[in-house]
Amino acid sequence: MSNMKKNISHLVLPLSVMALLIVINLIKGADYFTISMVNGAFYGNIPNILFGASELVILSIGMTLVTGASRGQDISIGVSATITSAVFVQYVLQASEVTLFTIIVGFLLSCVTGLLLGAFNGTLVSVFKVQPMVASLILFTGGRSIAFMIDGKLSPILANDISNKIGTVIPGVPVQTAIILTAVFIAIVAVVFKTTNLRLYVETVGINPNAARLNGINPKKIIFLTFLIMGICTAVAGFIAVNKAGRHDSVNLLKLIMMDAILAVAIGGNSLGGGKFSITGSIIGAYTIEMLNRTLLRLEIDPAMIKVFKAVFIIILMVVASPVVRAFMSKNLDRFRSWRLSSSQQKGPISTTNIARKQGE
Amino acid sequence: MASVNVIKPKARLSNSNILFLIAAVIFVLMYLFAIITFPNSFLQFQTFFDLFNLNAPLIIMTLGLCIVMIGGGIDISIGSVTGLVTMACAVFLESRMGSIGGAILVALGIGIAFGILQGYLIAYLEIQPFIITLSGLFLAQGLLTTLHKDPINVTMPAFVSLRDFDIVIAWLGTRNRLGVFIPCEIKPGTLIFIVLLIILASLMKWSRFGRNVYAVGGNTHSAMMLGINVKRTIFITYVISGLTAGIAGFVYIMTTGAGNVGNAAGAEMKAIASAIIGGTLLNGGVGNLLGAPIGTLTLLIINELIRAAGVQSNWQAMVSGLLLYFFIVLQSVIMSLRDRRKFSIALPPWLRLSGKEQLGGQREQ
Repeated sequence: MSNMKKNISHLVLPLSVMALLIVINLIKGADYFTISMVNGAFYGNIPNILFGASELVILSIGMTLVTGASRGQDISIGVSATITSAVFVQYVLQASEVTLFTIIVGFLLSCVTGLLLGAFNGTLVSVFKVQPMVASLILFTGGRSIAFMIDGKLSPILANDISNKIGTVIPGVPVQTAIILTAVFIAIVAVVFKTTNLRLYVETVGINPNAARLNGINPKKIIFLTFLIMGICTAVAGFIAVNKAGRHDSVNLLKLIMMDAILAVAIGGNSLGGGKFSITGSIIGAYTIEMLNRTLLRLEIDPAMIKVFKAVFIIILMVVASPVVRAFMSKNLDRFRSWRLSSSQQKGPISTTNIARKQGE
Repeated sequence: MASVNVIKPKARLSNSNILFLIAAVIFVLMYLFAIITFPNSFLQFQTFFDLFNLNAPLIIMTLGLCIVMIGGGIDISIGSVTGLVTMACAVFLESRMGSIGGAILVALGIGIAFGILQGYLIAYLEIQPFIITLSGLFLAQGLLTTLHKDPINVTMPAFVSLRDFDIVIAWLGTRNRLGVFIPCEIKPGTLIFIVLLIILASLMKWSRFGRNVYAVGGNTHSAMMLGINVKRTIFITYVISGLTAGIAGFVYIMTTGAGNVGNAAGAEMKAIASAIIGGTLLNGGVGNLLGAPIGTLTLLIINELIRAAGVQSNWQAMVSGLLLYFFIVLQSVIMSLRDRRKFSIALPPWLRLSGKEQLGGQREQ
């Protein structure tokens, strides 16, 4: 029972935020949950959120792992995804005939690129002991130019049937392909976490690398591994994003997504200082951010003001979740409980029902 | 850092100083390289002054950021706050009651307001600095677009004369091809930067507050044990950072003379990169404010070199990245080498109890 309570307690924050957003949306219009069928696929608010947040969810999974192990954040994820998708697009475009095989090979190539980029960051962080944010600042500075050069100074268009299907829907399947891919990715991650010791090792390294080393876990290897996983995540996210957009825009593709991913990790109830983490929380956090963005759009706020509302919302959220306010609340709650206890003891035999009856009279 | 608990001999350089020295030496080498490859442009004093004239806002921002980073935090809102300040000043100056003094007050007020808000939330409510300053970034950007969306060119006469005002150094200059002597010019922004650098550097070096910042950044718990008011120290670092962002905004509009949505966009990342090159560590506790301008100038000289060489602008970003890579690896290698050497100094052979085993045991700590 207590174990289950512990598992749920860190999900209280993201879930309550989500509930609040749903309530706001329902007040705005009761048709929030309606789902309509257009051309054999589901459309509506909820599918749109699931569809729009797919890259963010995947990246925030990787970000959670990196944060957990290395106590820092990777800010080069958007840039890495741009480079990996540039490789994918170039491979697909140079092929004479685009088949499923071409797409898969291109995707694998982009995964290899992602692994290389992850290894670059990972080497800096694990071997040279550089802060993750500093290490990824290098790719952040120079990465978009690399993607631009791979593209050959153009923004190539992915005009083939399969990419189109991946970007939107496969005929006969009522759910958008991006949602399916995200679900598959989450399932793979869940299986990996169930079958391996990865979570334990990452948390151990994040809590205390020296203690982990004395217990026979090599912190360098674990940190390196998390960055490799991050590389795969960027490749998948870049693959989805470029197929959604239909063209590879190396300047604006997934720009500023690292901010949202870090925010997702924080809203998910994880500490940005490493240690214990909850991937479920991050996933819910990512969907919450997408929901927040779409809620602000739905409330018809002036586009210029959207960022102000987002900032105020995040600040209020973090204040409510901050350790000081939490401690204050729990102290006051305890005081209230003890006051109620003592007052009921003073009255002695008179039970609360009697008081109620007396007041009623 | 592993070296904190080792008692240092007094003569040895501290980590802050050695990182600063590396940055300074590399900056000088780079400038020499620039002079050798492009003697015509880089040998002129005006080129050197222009580096300051055009980039004073970035350097001022980096100063504030360095203090926050030494205190163990991070502030990524500075670029957007600077942009917001430029737009607010432009709107204010163009309005009927616009005056330069009022614009300065607006700039400082916005900067300090952001500093106090973020500092309070981070220091007293103990929220993660990255998230709070990220929302500060969103807030400033949102307020900027809410305030005004289109570029404003300030046409107020008093301000235009201030914008075009130059301090001429008559005895220093170059002759152009016709033999006419052109004296060097310094913008007022450069002077503001120099004054700020002197004030903040002496504050960090000699005042009690500066010492407290180093202590808090190095180890928060031991700073608290020493009786330092940790929360207030962190709070003040963010207020200073907000204040410098406000000043940077005013200097920015003094240089360009226009408010624009894209003003100082992405400057926070440039400032972080400059601070790192200048020898400030993100972990906190290590850094030297004099490194801030040197780091910024090193980054800028690379850009100037690439521009002078006439290579594609794409290479500019890539070479900046490579330079950062080089610096980061160099810093890391030097720090680890120092740790090793310090270790052998701390335990001379005659102090070891049982030869190599003791050495191995100590090294694992």
